[in-house]
Amino acid sequence: MFFHWLEKNPFFFAVMTFAVIAFAGLIEIVPNFTEAARPLTTTTPRTVLELAGKNVYIKDNCIACHSQLIRPFKSETDRYGNYSLSGEYAFDRPFLWGSKRTGPDLHRVGNYRTTDWHENHMKNPPDIVPGSIMPSYKHQFTNVADIETAYAEAVTVKNVFNVPYGDDIKAGRKAWEAYRPKVLEDAKKVAADMKDEGVKKMIANGKVPEIVALIAYLNSLK
Amino acid sequence: MQSNAALEYDYTVAKMFTYVTILFGFLGMLIGTTMALQLAFPELSNLIGEYGTFSRLRPVHTNTVIFGFTVSGVFATWYYFSQRVLKVSMAESKFLMTIGKIHFWLYFVGALIATVTLVLGISQGKEYAQYNWWVDIVIVIVWILWGVSMFGLIGIRREKVLYVSIWYYMACFLGIAMLYLFNNASIPTYFLSDGLGSINNSVSMYAGTNDALVQWWYGHNAVAFGFTVPIVGMIYYFLPKESGQAVYSYKLSLLSFWGLMFVYLWAGSHHLLWSTVPDWMQTMGSTFSIVLILPSWGSAINMLLTMKGEWNQLADNPLIKFMVIASTFYMLSTIEGPIQAIKSVNAIAHFTDWIPGHVHDGVLGWVAFMIMASLFHMAPRMWKKEIYSKKLMGIQFWMQTTGVVLYFTSMWVAGITQGMMWRAVDEYGNLVYSFIDTVTVLHPYYTIRGISGVLYLSGFILFAYNMYKTITAGKELTEEPQFRTPMA
Repeated sequence: MFFHWLEKNPFFFAVMTFAVIAFAGLIEIVPNFTEAARPLTTTTPRTVLELAGKNVYIKDNCIACHSQLIRPFKSETDRYGNYSLSGEYAFDRPFLWGSKRTGPDLHRVGNYRTTDWHENHMKNPPDIVPGSIMPSYKHQFTNVADIETAYAEAVTVKNVFNVPYGDDIKAGRKAWEAYRPKVLEDAKKVAADMKDEGVKKMIANGKVPEIVALIAYLNSLK
Repeated sequence: MQSNAALEYDYTVAKMFTYVTILFGFLGMLIGTTMALQLAFPELSNLIGEYGTFSRLRPVHTNTVIFGFTVSGVFATWYYFSQRVLKVSMAESKFLMTIGKIHFWLYFVGALIATVTLVLGISQGKEYAQYNWWVDIVIVIVWILWGVSMFGLIGIRREKVLYVSIWYYMACFLGIAMLYLFNNASIPTYFLSDGLGSINNSVSMYAGTNDALVQWWYGHNAVAFGFTVPIVGMIYYFLPKESGQAVYSYKLSLLSFWGLMFVYLWAGSHHLLWSTVPDWMQTMGSTFSIVLILPSWGSAINMLLTMKGEWNQLADNPLIKFMVIASTFYMLSTIEGPIQAIKSVNAIAHFTDWIPGHVHDGVLGWVAFMIMASLFHMAPRMWKKEIYSKKLMGIQFWMQTTGVVLYFTSMWVAGITQGMMWRAVDEYGNLVYSFIDTVTVLHPYYTIRGISGVLYLSGFILFAYNMYKTITAGKELTEEPQFRTPMA
């Protein structure tokens, strides 16, 4: 019998096992790959500041409690807005759909929350939403966001995956030094709507606090 | 062929992995229990600033129990039983012994460093695949070392026919290797921007919907090949050994193994129901999840029938109790999963606490029970000492079983409550509840879950203590017990 033979031949046993387990991935992932990689015509890549905010979102692991995926049910579209479309995620590396809603979905949070709301909320969520069990994220007001890494990320996805960034985003320290003021400019615009003195001071010193980058990112979720 | 008695097996590496299994089990469960209490009492989330928030701790918990506790348990059992079923001692090959030791040390040091990176928030952002690109490389090397060790030992075996458990461990090795490599494929941004920014950062090879598909193909099947496959292999070895009963049916083993191998991988897309992946993939995921009941229950029933005519052992051997209830929780978990994978049920269950409930009846009731029972079975044979206390083992069993039951029952209620409240509408079709209503209502269930965590963790501490006392103060055994593990 074939299986008895396999059980005495570890090499072929391993080959057979591998073939059997690899099969499903090929069928489910490959056929639709190109189609699923296409953005909507209206989807634009995130700015460097927003990318830095996305990295804060990953660092503090917001995904543990917040999804970014609105399912096509009336109860969800009533609560969060239009259901999510595949093309909207085409520039998201990694995808941040999440798998648990201990807190609400955030895929279109930019449509109904403001910079001011986020600023107060992130300091101490129960002050804004009584009964909230979300921790306070005060450290984001003093930690410096890594905008240089965010820029490096934009350069990488532009060069490797042809993400449509402008010509001013290119490799090397010189290009980054030239680009840096634009990021600070974006950060100033967000900080203009904020009250925290420490944040204003850091921005004046040419540093972007994590909270500013994060709010820029959250505001871009629409 | 030599008899068992003529061979002196070398358990050096198995012992080292046993220690770290206990260490990572304790750490992972301690963090898990802390997090459960944080959801019930949110002030606990702000005790040590950014490093102690629920969100930052979550990957530390999941990765410590997956890649710390479970994987080292898999390694510990592998280095124990593989020699015995292949009828070859590790002492016979200097090369394999050295590889085994390097495997252990690289794994242990790597795991500690990896844990620190997660606490610092260095993460790829994909669930269960947070380790950043250079940690991934260390993990790949550890895995290759295990492969060398595994196929090396198989290569010099005396027993030509591979026992069922070996099939499962080989599948674990191959499956995780494939999934891990594909899902973690990413490009470090430092090198592609001429040295800008952090060396730790990388971008995924896939974007958006594709990334989601690859991730859940990985996520679901890392569970399959880390939490199911090697644990099934474990029970196929340890239950017959502990009970002295032959496996009930070879044909059922065969059917279950190849069935599991083929079917499991398809089911990954059930994590993406109602998302933006194409509908046909979602339906495939649902369908294959249902089919998955067959091979899963096949193994479980094969194990339960192995006890046929010997059920009296259940009453007087706590180790048999652990293994039988593990099998039973495996059946519960593998019927619950397919139910949640039905699209209409998933519409309610997804994103709720029913999912962690499902995960934990599997990992606490099945995976951890099997690992602890296996280590208990191994201890007297590796250290030649009697188990320190049968009574403690019994207390541990009931504490932990109560813990598991409280965990999943509270989370079932919590999850369904939440799912129903999110969709509740009044007579005009407007949503009845604001989101925060669906959070505050869960407080009692979160509290019960916290208590269940404390119970389970306390049981684990008893386990660690019992193991420690066995090694240091257990009564010496003059000869190896054939079946039933001797305990005082």
